[in-house]
Amino acid sequence: MAAGEPPAGGEREVAALDRVVIRFVGDSGDGMQLTGSEFSRAIARAGHDFATHPDYPSEIRAPSGTLFGVSGFQIQFSSGEVFTSGDAPDVLVAMNPAALKTNLGELARGSVLLVNSGAFTAANLARAGYAKNPLEDGSLDGYRLLAVDISALNARALAGTSLSKKEVDRCKNYFALGLMLCLFGRPLEAEIADVAQRFAKNPRFAEANVLALRAGYGFAEASELFATTFEIRAASSVPGTYRSITGNHAAALGFVAASELAGTPLFLGSYPITPATDILHELAALRHFKVTTFQAEDEIAGICSAIGAAWGGSLALTTTSGPGMALKSEALGLVTMLELPLVIVNVQRAGPSTGLPTKTEQSDLLQALFGRHGECPIPVIAARSPADCFDCAIEAMRIAVTYMTPVIMLSDGGIANAAEPWRIPDVASLPRIAVHYRSDPEGFSPYARDERLARAWVPPGTPGMEHRIGGLEKDFLSGNLSHDAQNHQRMVEVRAAKVAGIARDLPPLVVDGPDSGDLLVVGWGGTWGAIAEARKQAAAAGLSVAHLHLRHLNPLPRDLDDILGRYKTVLVPELNLGQLSRLLRERTLRAVETMHKVQGRPFRVSEIRARIEELCGRQS
Amino acid sequence: MNDIVECRAAAGSTQVLTRKDFESEQDVRWCPGCGDYALLAQVQKLLPTLGIPRENFAFVSGIGCSSRFPYYMDTYGIHSIHGRAPAIASGLKLARPELSVWVVTGDGDALAIGGNHFIHAIRRNIGLKIVLLNNRIYGLTKGQFSPTTELGEKTKTSPYGNIDPPFSAAALALGAGATFVARVLDTDLPMLQQVLARAATHPGTAFVEVLQNCIVFNDGAYSTLTDKATRDEVRLTLRHGQPLRFGKNGEHGIRLRGLKPEVVSVAGAPGVAEGEGVAESELAVHDEADAHGSLAFLLAQFAAPEFPQPLGILRAVERPAFEVMNAGIAAAAREQRGPADLASLLAGGDTWTVG
Repeated sequence: MAAGEPPAGGEREVAALDRVVIRFVGDSGDGMQLTGSEFSRAIARAGHDFATHPDYPSEIRAPSGTLFGVSGFQIQFSSGEVFTSGDAPDVLVAMNPAALKTNLGELARGSVLLVNSGAFTAANLARAGYAKNPLEDGSLDGYRLLAVDISALNARALAGTSLSKKEVDRCKNYFALGLMLCLFGRPLEAEIADVAQRFAKNPRFAEANVLALRAGYGFAEASELFATTFEIRAASSVPGTYRSITGNHAAALGFVAASELAGTPLFLGSYPITPATDILHELAALRHFKVTTFQAEDEIAGICSAIGAAWGGSLALTTTSGPGMALKSEALGLVTMLELPLVIVNVQRAGPSTGLPTKTEQSDLLQALFGRHGECPIPVIAARSPADCFDCAIEAMRIAVTYMTPVIMLSDGGIANAAEPWRIPDVASLPRIAVHYRSDPEGFSPYARDERLARAWVPPGTPGMEHRIGGLEKDFLSGNLSHDAQNHQRMVEVRAAKVAGIARDLPPLVVDGPDSGDLLVVGWGGTWGAIAEARKQAAAAGLSVAHLHLRHLNPLPRDLDDILGRYKTVLVPELNLGQLSRLLRERTLRAVETMHKVQGRPFRVSEIRARIEELCGRQS
Repeated sequence: MNDIVECRAAAGSTQVLTRKDFESEQDVRWCPGCGDYALLAQVQKLLPTLGIPRENFAFVSGIGCSSRFPYYMDTYGIHSIHGRAPAIASGLKLARPELSVWVVTGDGDALAIGGNHFIHAIRRNIGLKIVLLNNRIYGLTKGQFSPTTELGEKTKTSPYGNIDPPFSAAALALGAGATFVARVLDTDLPMLQQVLARAATHPGTAFVEVLQNCIVFNDGAYSTLTDKATRDEVRLTLRHGQPLRFGKNGEHGIRLRGLKPEVVSVAGAPGVAEGEGVAESELAVHDEADAHGSLAFLLAQFAAPEFPQPLGILRAVERPAFEVMNAGIAAAAREQRGPADLASLLAGGDTWTVG
């Protein structure tokens, strides 16, 4: 990176880069999430591969200028493959002293640091705990500091509008966006069209934001703010049409697709909870599809209404996060007994209890597997990236209706809100979901099973097949309640066998890297990107390391034991205290190296790579 | 009486349903003499008269003695988990609005553990028929006080007398905006049949509270209402458009002084001395269709010994049912956005093409 000093002769350099990481940070009211996502759209249009990481506090509007009120958005984009939002920023855009203070530690010396000097007032400096102004005391000398009074320049650009002083100030994130678009040589036109669309209902703001955007871009250009602008070639991705998508959005689309692929209406019963609510938002807006959304009175009613809809023949869904998952556990037992199809999405967040609601963690794996009373087996799958939520939604519904069982789909706050490019699938290439409602009363027994041990789906309204189901143990065939001792054991075993049998249906596991050797890194869920990138780097450095990603966590794939047996060491990095590690040890009776992080943040690639190097070094 | 009718709703079917068609093969396992039997018999008698095919009935229950109900009905049924029946039934009704969906519950199931689902189902006015068997005690767990147990009652968990004030299920339902509220005694079979018939055809949530005697753990809870010697003095039978009168010869009435109700003697009634009592024209007149429902709310809170127990339909008004509005939203969305197309949904938003 090179920026800051204008080169001699006034000719600006254009530097070609392979990849870059930008972090926007400011007050939670500064519009950093909007700036970040708008910048991501510009990056997407340029055809780069990218990954984002929004990081915001749980307060909607924390007191301004405070350290805990800092909201951030990071994006990594590249001409090559991008697996994560990047470890540390190459460019930090800090809108106030608090944002600078909380983020400077992660910025490498020599990197570009763009600050809004207009926000470095005595009051803001004091709120951030600065005794002296860091812009003036020389403490930032090691960085390529660009101090721009964005507040004042933005206010001057918008002086002619009818906006109040406060409203004008709210537009300054578009000024900052204009600066960044100039730095990366992105055209303004598409962005202007976006602003017009986003603020279609408020033309005053549309106009003002366009002015701010142009002013930022124009200022950067005219003042030759950046000695070097950057050019990053478009990624050489698989041919196709792409769009940018977040995990929650992809999940919502996946469930609509499942409904269309099954020719069966979708029913979502849900109660708002961070970070899962966006799935409810997305589906509530898609009522022109065969989609019903029901905002229930609580988490329990969310799942119970979905159980009622499943009984009625719908593809039933409930969405939640950890605390809501805890509330739903009794109903999970019921639906396991009823043997009706239902998908439960848990967008995990840092726990226990309210925990860190807006921060990510993958600490609900054991809850998903075991968090119910009684022997209560439920299939569990986990999405590995934002776009993967689409495929997982379809896979979860497929398992649910094929095996007449609830299925838990795990996502996490990291991938739910992060965006990446998604190659839009051809609808014809998506797998059909076979739904069969039994309507033949001849020889019907409510709990008779097919070869997969699934019982028949007979919604109310089917003539001649009236029957009762419930949470009490039932007779192996008739489903009538039964307290018979042998029957209970048989039913417990058959429910377990049904779920275990799903393993027969799973595709063979794919190992990334050598198929035997020194080290296998095993991951699940949203850590996929960081592990994949770390493995790639370590392999490029000549280390023997392979990566195995598990989508299906219950039942575990049948070829897992064989694969684990082919490596000297198995490492399991997790954003918990070692939950998959525990399952793998129990399954294989082999030693497993754990690596854990519970900071509400995703792994850095460098953290995993360091551990890979350490383990490989130990062996050599 | 009307045990055999033609089932008109079954398309092209001349299927004739009788109460026998609604009796499942399971042995009924309530205590002998339990009031739940009366409800079961009356429901089995009613359903064949409604012109609805048998397969379109669904009974949903939670936990408690009353929640065994679906097992005994040869219809579709779910015996679910404690308190959650209205939520399960709501999902079913939204998914399948054409079904006749019934919730059978009790005072613990609906008013304690399931209070939230109970009030919100009613608030939405979703087309469920909620029948609450109120025996003022927890029966299945063997005799603890419930949210309707009277103050001072000695139960297993209140050996020194209950200090948990009871509330009125009917008043709670009305407070949640109920469009149909009725209260009946398990022993008054004609009224039970009439009220259930009205509830069955009410659009939106119909709530029926059945005062039901638990012969084992709370026997005699309603004896003053059922005993020949006392019942006329404590029952107020509600008749739409009629003055509120009670007593063996209608000698008592309810008069409103502003918002304050009072019991008065009715002039000219047998047993009321010449020149005493108030004219019938001064009595409050029952209006189940009153838009404000304030009279229903007053009546729902009448409690002994000051007031008689109102029985019958407290409120019956029409408001759009939730499932109808839900279907309207979907129709409007289709109208507005045209036919749904998955490929264009997936390809929506900003896109770019590679290769």
